Amino acid sequence: MKKYTFTEKKDTRSGFGEGMAVLGRTNQNVVALCADLVASLKLDTFIKENPERFIQCGIAEANMISLSAGLSLSGNIPFATTFANFGSGRVYDQIRQSVAYSKKNVKICVSHAGLTLGEDGATHQILEDIGMMKSLPGMVVINPCDFNQTKAATIAIAEYDGPVYLRFGRPVIPVFTPADQKFEIGKAWMVNEGSDVSIIATGHMVWNAIEAAEILEAEGISCEVINIHTIKPLDEEAILKSASKTRCVVTAEEHNRFGGLGDSVAQLLSTKLPTPMRYVAVNDTFGESGTPAELMDKYGLSKDHIVSAVREVLASK
Amino acid sequence: MEKLEQISSQVRRDILRMVHACSSGHPGGSLGCTDLLVSLFFEQMNLKTGEDKQVVFDMSGEHEDMFFLSNGHISPLLYSVLARRGYFPVRELATFRKLNSRLQGHPATAEHLPGIRIASGSLGQGLSVAAGAAYGKKLRKDNNLVYCLMGDGEQQEGQVWEAATFAPHHRLDNLVAIIDFNGQQIDGPTEKVMNNRDLGKKYDAFGWKVLHMDGNDFDSIREVLGQARTESGQGLPVCIIMKTEMGQGVDFMMHTHKWHGAAPNDDQLAAALSQLPETLGDY
Repeated sequence: MKKYTFTEKKDTRSGFGEGMAVLGRTNQNVVALCADLVASLKLDTFIKENPERFIQCGIAEANMISLSAGLSLSGNIPFATTFANFGSGRVYDQIRQSVAYSKKNVKICVSHAGLTLGEDGATHQILEDIGMMKSLPGMVVINPCDFNQTKAATIAIAEYDGPVYLRFGRPVIPVFTPADQKFEIGKAWMVNEGSDVSIIATGHMVWNAIEAAEILEAEGISCEVINIHTIKPLDEEAILKSASKTRCVVTAEEHNRFGGLGDSVAQLLSTKLPTPMRYVAVNDTFGESGTPAELMDKYGLSKDHIVSAVREVLASK
Repeated sequence: MEKLEQISSQVRRDILRMVHACSSGHPGGSLGCTDLLVSLFFEQMNLKTGEDKQVVFDMSGEHEDMFFLSNGHISPLLYSVLARRGYFPVRELATFRKLNSRLQGHPATAEHLPGIRIASGSLGQGLSVAAGAAYGKKLRKDNNLVYCLMGDGEQQEGQVWEAATFAPHHRLDNLVAIIDFNGQQIDGPTEKVMNNRDLGKKYDAFGWKVLHMDGNDFDSIREVLGQARTESGQGLPVCIIMKTEMGQGVDFMMHTHKWHGAAPNDDQLAAALSQLPETLGDY
């Protein structure tokens, strides 16, 4: 098993900020928009270097989304940024009509997704956004796993012509993917090959999956860990290949168990390759205030929960 | 002027025949705004044309004026004007609201109908889209104008006021919002359903240059749209409160909200068409 180590912890939103800084220097069509959360989205460098290509929208997310659609017509590439809660649920209809149905080249880039937003509590901890966004025809949904991957994803989506929902978060987490990686939309990333069980994870849960796999390895259980940074379009080939080898699957996501990565994988497997499966996800509830670690533990998203799910699914094999 | 009136008469015939053919759609507001759209597309707007002087549709809208219909339910009007202006064959109007048509119930881009840049129908989004297009023109140093037509009932949507706040703040003086002030909406007179109070004062308070226009009088439309163009580049977006009569041109469809979203039957169609000369040939 490949051993993953890290030398520093960083937040994925800072990866987004660095990606935007690169785009500011390399792509003159990129325009950043923000709804009064510039510091949280780490846009300082982009704005400092490209003040004319930054649009402050104030606390008016609906306007920001439709505005981005209009802005894209003349070849600009709008990156509309806010918290995940305000960039999905609050503006679902604007995304649906002005962006997705109208096929506009708008990038909706959102931070503070999921429970790890922490102390602000459930009003801000959206756990339904992946479900909403993946149900929109033509929408690309990306949830990268660390700082480097978020930076690479940010740069990559500027080259893709079409609507994208890029989801990242607030807490500092281990940086374990290469700084020079090439990000391919829709291409799963093999973290570790294994033979007994497939752990298919997205976002912050990929590191937890790596740690869980190490614990299980010590017990003689060989885990295949796959990072699904792109939930839509799903890399069906990679998942089917892994499931056909291990014959049991655990999915892991910082999202409600309804509508997220787990459901995408379950839909694929149930129709193409019925396979025993367990979900590590929030069990259809809202979150609450607390530290990210406390919340991940209380709501069933820690590495130990992944370990338990693996044991369970192995027993059902 | 005579020519515009003739076009309007034909467009009104198109609208009535389109909604009659599919027994659905929104004739009232379409008839009310006919004179405005005919003026815009046949006289006022700077539109991209080819060597043969025919209009050419370019999704980007660069180096031409752009028009956005926010109250997408008056799609029959937009489709008729686009077809009569030459964006697509007039005979295609017969497919309105039918299966496999490019002329969807509400405007859409998925079927690639020339002249449509964004879907509309869910109300309140058009002014934001138009503001984005206007901002895009500013970024690309394009001095052409962006027009957005909205309903007066639509002013009840909160997003309209987000855009109304945004445009003056960012000095979008290439943006012209036009409100179809016909005083009617689905459930009745706007004053009774949800009173908008004085829309002119509201937009003025938000920082817009407010103009008033009679949307069923070509002299007034020409004068006020001319004034709006003169105002462009002066630092303020322009809002035109356009008084219209829902159902204009058909006596029994006027002075009521009943024809907002209802199609005429055979007899009603015949009675309506008898009031509107066929000037350019029915499709």
